[in-house]
Amino acid sequence: MLPALGVLFDGAAYGMLLFLMSVGLSVTLGMMNFVNLAHCSFAMLGGYVTVTLMNAAGWPFLVTLPAAFVAGAVASIVLERIFFRRFYNSSELNQCLLTIGIVFVSIATAAYIYGTDQQPMQLPSYLQGSYHVAGVDLAVYRLFLIVVAALITALLMVTLESTRFGAQVRASVNNQRMARGLGIDVDRLFAFTFALGGGLAGLGGGLALPMLGLDPSFALTYLIYVLIVVAVGGLGSIAGSLAAAVLLGVADMAGKYYVPALGSVLIYLVMLAMIMWRPSGLFGRR
Amino acid sequence: MTSETLAAAVPAAPAGPHEFLYAQARWRWSEIAFWFATLLPFVLAPDYLVLASQVAITGLFALSLDLILGFSGIVSLGHAAYFGVGAYTAGLISVWGWGEPLTGLAAAGVAAGIVGYVTSFVIARFRHLALIMITLGFCLLLQEAANDANWLTGGFNGLQGVHTWRLLGIFDFDLYGYTAYAYALAGLFVIFLVARRIIHSPFGLALRGIRENSARMPAIGAPILSHIRTIYTIAAIIAGIAGAMLTQTTETVSLEALGFQRSADVLVMLIVGGTGRLYGGLIGAAVYMVARDQFSGLNPQYWYFWIGLLLIAIVMFLPNGILGGLELLARRLKVIS
Amino acid sequence: MQKLLCGLAGVALAFLGAGSASAQNSVKIGMINEYSGQFADTGAQIDHGVTLWMKQHGDTVAGKKIELIRKDTGGIAPDTAKRLAQEAIVRDHADILGAFSLTPNALAAADVSAQAKKFMVVMNAATSIITEKSPYIARTSSTTPQLNYTLGQWAAKNGIKTVYTMVSDYGPGIDAETWFQKGFKDNGGQVVGSVRFPVANPDFSSFVQAAKDKNPDAIYIWIPGGAQPAAVGKALAERGIDTKKTKILGQDALASETALKSMGDGALGIITVSDYDYNHQSPMNKEFVKAYNNEFHRNPDFFSIGGYDGAHLIYAALAKTGGKADGDSLIAAAKGMSWESPRGPIMIDPQTRDIVQTVYIRRVEKVGNELLNVEFASVPNVKDPAHGAKK
Repeated sequence: MLPALGVLFDGAAYGMLLFLMSVGLSVTLGMMNFVNLAHCSFAMLGGYVTVTLMNAAGWPFLVTLPAAFVAGAVASIVLERIFFRRFYNSSELNQCLLTIGIVFVSIATAAYIYGTDQQPMQLPSYLQGSYHVAGVDLAVYRLFLIVVAALITALLMVTLESTRFGAQVRASVNNQRMARGLGIDVDRLFAFTFALGGGLAGLGGGLALPMLGLDPSFALTYLIYVLIVVAVGGLGSIAGSLAAAVLLGVADMAGKYYVPALGSVLIYLVMLAMIMWRPSGLFGRR
Repeated sequence: MTSETLAAAVPAAPAGPHEFLYAQARWRWSEIAFWFATLLPFVLAPDYLVLASQVAITGLFALSLDLILGFSGIVSLGHAAYFGVGAYTAGLISVWGWGEPLTGLAAAGVAAGIVGYVTSFVIARFRHLALIMITLGFCLLLQEAANDANWLTGGFNGLQGVHTWRLLGIFDFDLYGYTAYAYALAGLFVIFLVARRIIHSPFGLALRGIRENSARMPAIGAPILSHIRTIYTIAAIIAGIAGAMLTQTTETVSLEALGFQRSADVLVMLIVGGTGRLYGGLIGAAVYMVARDQFSGLNPQYWYFWIGLLLIAIVMFLPNGILGGLELLARRLKVIS
Repeated sequence: MQKLLCGLAGVALAFLGAGSASAQNSVKIGMINEYSGQFADTGAQIDHGVTLWMKQHGDTVAGKKIELIRKDTGGIAPDTAKRLAQEAIVRDHADILGAFSLTPNALAAADVSAQAKKFMVVMNAATSIITEKSPYIARTSSTTPQLNYTLGQWAAKNGIKTVYTMVSDYGPGIDAETWFQKGFKDNGGQVVGSVRFPVANPDFSSFVQAAKDKNPDAIYIWIPGGAQPAAVGKALAERGIDTKKTKILGQDALASETALKSMGDGALGIITVSDYDYNHQSPMNKEFVKAYNNEFHRNPDFFSIGGYDGAHLIYAALAKTGGKADGDSLIAAAKGMSWESPRGPIMIDPQTRDIVQTVYIRRVEKVGNELLNVEFASVPNVKDPAHGAKK
């Protein structure tokens, strides 16, 4: 029983991290149908910003996180204004090609500036170690991840449900043409949402540092997991992304603990099962 | 106004659908020129024949993806699964003692076709993101399974002991790549002819209908699921043959043949060349692989950067791939002339 | 028909031969390496090792100018590696093939070395069978069995009775597990459990928990470099593993410089086996490290030494053959060659053409303010135990 709780906790934390990295993509894909494969490049950017500020400028870890968010958001807006908006009505394949090109450029740039080695970083001491509660080891950092993700989820939900901006976003996701017809400036809305999604990805990248490491290939390695979360959760759904991410995280951890022979295969099996059961995702429409 | 002049004033009736389709199926001079051009490397660039053979093989793989993506609208991020099945089949047959290349190709095609046929039952039922993720998931699973079965596949190190016998009992697969390129090119051409025939047939037309509007097709009596399964199986066979060719010409096969990287690369190449045009995969493979080789030679560490820029440039200025751009150019020239 | 083909090939060869006649005064080394992608850092370190040697010893040996032709495989890509090796020989007229960080790539290129009869120096790839694939291959790095058998043997002889092993589920990891367990069991130890984790595994906490449940004297971990060592360190700390009570055993990558920086003090006490560390206390090494830092502003590691000694071997072999660069002469010259390297004394085994060297057991300790691998035991003249071993 006790190890199961530990596995559940670890899996939930891992899932929360995936959620943060994926939620932006889910919303932008659901809203504008824009396939942004460069999403993890924003996460990578956030990670590098955090590492640089911590190692070169000596900032405390917690302070670098908002900077990672801002970096992701700014990069998103810049790319959106310069490149993406030309392709909203283009085919999905073209969007794929464009964003893959951007990923390649981002990887090469990161390699050029930072080299290809892993970026070392040390967590502040108050985030290291673990609490021992009723026989279960609860890692402090994972607890921190869960708290941060929960806060952000709450914030997103409140924004979506209770603000005008949120209502407009929901309307645009549901039926873009109608929303335009009602006078909602969908393009500007999309730019904001894109920035928010990119910012969250950047934040996720910064938070992922101690758990997933950072090197230039980060932008491609975690793209698959992000795509899995988005597909299983359903496009345009925050609750869906959260549920999918936690489900996948727990399944991954549980698989590795109880049936290590299955290894990473379990996450793919769960994904296949979920998508075949619900092709539009857990909370997706269509 | 006499009736004759009235008749003359009416524009000629447009060509009927038969004439239109036959016109599409005719061989254009540009196609003939293309195939003659593929012979040039033997003469102009004999040092590059090994690269050329791999371009031909990848072009064949891209062609198989075009059949399902460009012509039928099935987006697959896991097409390398069939490439890999074909590659390992040919490799294993060779390791077990039978290294004859042509029968190895046939066996690989059959094996990949069987896997394709079985998976097509699942694939045909899904669309959009679900389809992409299912194809991706299946390919990743297959790669893991191949890694686990390292007693069979050689796992990470790759399959050792692959030796390809002489082609037709005469031509040895040599260091310089003459046989390899001739073999790959011949295979590509033959299968291309088959694919061309399929596309310019009623079945091919039905596929294009499915791509454009799958909701309407049943209304004219087209069995969508069965058509999709058929083309998917055919595409899998062709991908398997491409994989087998790679194994035979390089005498090596490893997990990369099944990998996500390979699936993603071939998709990029097809988009670069232009989907739905049969030649798009071939052109895309040639452009991408040669560009990669050249960039990598000039700048081994950061060639990613230049390839990325190339992709961005292509998508910004040639929205339908290279062939789409060429078509646009041809149309503009026709208007001018 | 066959005669016609031979004739054509002969004509082609004549053209190629004519091309290379003008370049007789240089010896080209085709560096089939990873300069981009996941393994780019390894590739860079190997390349640095070679270029440092060339800088220190000039680029001329026995009247021939040494040129490097760099080819990027991009990662694990045996078909590409084979093609690049072919192109290096056919197009660029390379006489020697070098680098080879990844086993699948090395195995594929070995065919080319055998077919074209070219000297091939493996500077990192660690699987035993590589040297058996072509009679022209010599290795200057280390092999997985060589290091891990020694560690297993040492552990069993030094008070560790039970061990739980965890390795990455792919070629090198499985190799390491096999040979560590063999060395351990051959000397009386008992393996109480083992697990193989997926290669791209970012999170080790479940696996460490499973190990902890078995309460072994030591946990043996084998993972490739990259992000994983830091993640392992984190998992160990989170699960409360006390490295003084439960010894953590592993191979060099577990305690690489970057890994130690990320793990912090949690890494203290980790015992690893390696053939080289920049902290090796010998005057030759101190100079090597200083020169390396001057040139590349970072410390050398076991990848760098593979490249450095690889270049040494090439130079020494060429000097011995008087500049003759064909495969037969060079491999004959390389067999049995021995010298003092910054890592210690090394030799190229005349039978297997593989490396024979001193294997060091080190512990992570705090020296001044830094975490360093401090050698405390060593086994000299270790051959690779897998060559000729019955499977």
